[in-house]
Amino acid sequence: MRTSLRLGGGAGFAGDRLDAPLDLAERGGLDYLVLECLAERTIALAQLRRRRDPAAGFDTRLTERVESLLPILARRRVKLVSNFGAANPLAAAEAIVDIARRLRIPVKAAAVTGDDVLDALDLDAPTLETGAALSTFAPIVSANAYLGAEALLPALQSGADVIVTGRVADPSLFVGPLMHEYGWSPDDVDRLARGTAVGHLLECAGQLCGGYFADPGRKEIPDMAHLGFPFADVDPDGNATLGKAADTGGRITRATATEQLLYEVTDPHGYLTPDVTADFSAVTLTETGPNRIAVRGARGRARPTQLKVSVGYLAGYVGEGEIGYAGTNAVARAQLAAQILRERLGGRYSELRIDLVGSTSLHGRAFDTDERPYEVRLRVAARATSREEAAIVGDEVEALYTNGPAGGGGTRKYVTEQIGIVSTLIDRGRVRPSVTVHEWSAHAEAV
Amino acid sequence: MPKLYDLAHCRAGDKGNTSILSLVAYRPEDYPTLASQVTAEAVRQHLRGIVRGDIRRYELPQLAALQFVCEHSLNGGVTTSLALDAHGKSLSFALLEMEIQQPG
Repeated sequence: MRTSLRLGGGAGFAGDRLDAPLDLAERGGLDYLVLECLAERTIALAQLRRRRDPAAGFDTRLTERVESLLPILARRRVKLVSNFGAANPLAAAEAIVDIARRLRIPVKAAAVTGDDVLDALDLDAPTLETGAALSTFAPIVSANAYLGAEALLPALQSGADVIVTGRVADPSLFVGPLMHEYGWSPDDVDRLARGTAVGHLLECAGQLCGGYFADPGRKEIPDMAHLGFPFADVDPDGNATLGKAADTGGRITRATATEQLLYEVTDPHGYLTPDVTADFSAVTLTETGPNRIAVRGARGRARPTQLKVSVGYLAGYVGEGEIGYAGTNAVARAQLAAQILRERLGGRYSELRIDLVGSTSLHGRAFDTDERPYEVRLRVAARATSREEAAIVGDEVEALYTNGPAGGGGTRKYVTEQIGIVSTLIDRGRVRPSVTVHEWSAHAEAV
Repeated sequence: MPKLYDLAHCRAGDKGNTSILSLVAYRPEDYPTLASQVTAEAVRQHLRGIVRGDIRRYELPQLAALQFVCEHSLNGGVTTSLALDAHGKSLSFALLEMEIQQPG
């Protein structure tokens, strides 16, 4: 059996940098590269694309990612695990095989499906957010259960080079390879919890290496334009040491690792995944060298009996408009514009919001009230039931050019279709993951 | 009066309508100051108008960190909020504006 495995975190969301994982795969000495590409809403948007085109519905940058990564992964013998299959892992696996054929690189791509539970959804089930029944959130466009590491095991056992999934809990993308390589059992809760801590630390990629951390003069991070992405060396017990490739930007310290360990954890004593209930409350992070952090001490309890389901629904449209004011009395003129817009738009929409960007847009009231900004930007947003209704918001802002306060400039207007997400629970028995393998090799083609 | 900014760093995360604020002391020796002064109630006062629900505080002394789980803090939830910063990503720096009394 292996005594150490190196897992890399090559993407923290679908829009993440494409060059950093190339360098990590090339020089990181990895066994597995994991790309986490599915934020809450990503899969619902992908489902809408799939409805329009049955061959679509996976990460729109999958081709770009795989074309650039595949030659490196093949040469360095690194396996790829990613949820970039989004709403269509089967089509994604086929697309990957097409790319491999074009590049003349043999590949075995395994698609993990079964997370799509739209047809099995109980519309009377309560949502976790408010308790209201799912049926009150119509029209529902997607429902995806969070699969666990076990769903990946048949794909890993098939010997696939690329494992492509839809919705899988982010840390489970990392726990899967560890379970497979080290033969961890599904009830080995402490090892699963340690693996989960590792997965959670790596799942946001650059955020472990000083990304989303830097604060000039206070929290300095070098060469952020070339931030190195992280890896973890994990032993058969799940103990790990974090690191990144030499001569890359960024920095991994106790501080960056602490922020990432706690990131989005609603209960450090009971972090729920499909694999385990992980207790991070006694985790220790110890610097063992430059950019090297030892992770110890996660403990586990039995996994939740049900799986979480993320449900996407059409939440109408949002109309937005912006205009800027500058110089003496800029804020007062922006406030006058706001008052005009409230009078003209207030009765029309169920929800209207006006922000003064540069003053109160982020936190409502300023914590430091002494500062008078030289310029301020008014931004108005409203929820509408149609694209046409939403467009009126921007039109009204534009009309301030000739009808509003002095000196307004730089208007912009936007209309966005909004996808809402709510969650519910589903019994494990109603979710049946399966694996489909596609492959290509020059040899097979010759036969 | 020093601000929390001088003693600690913070990152905000989101789950639905809940904002999760991780507060970490730069120096472990400042953790007791944070633990005694940055109570859930103090955070509720400081972020009034933003946090509209309960705040749970978790203590993680071995990490010199406090975790604040703030319910009803994201204008109804990330995916349908009309706010510019729907995720409440910038709330980390709102928390760090809190004033702190430094012992001795």
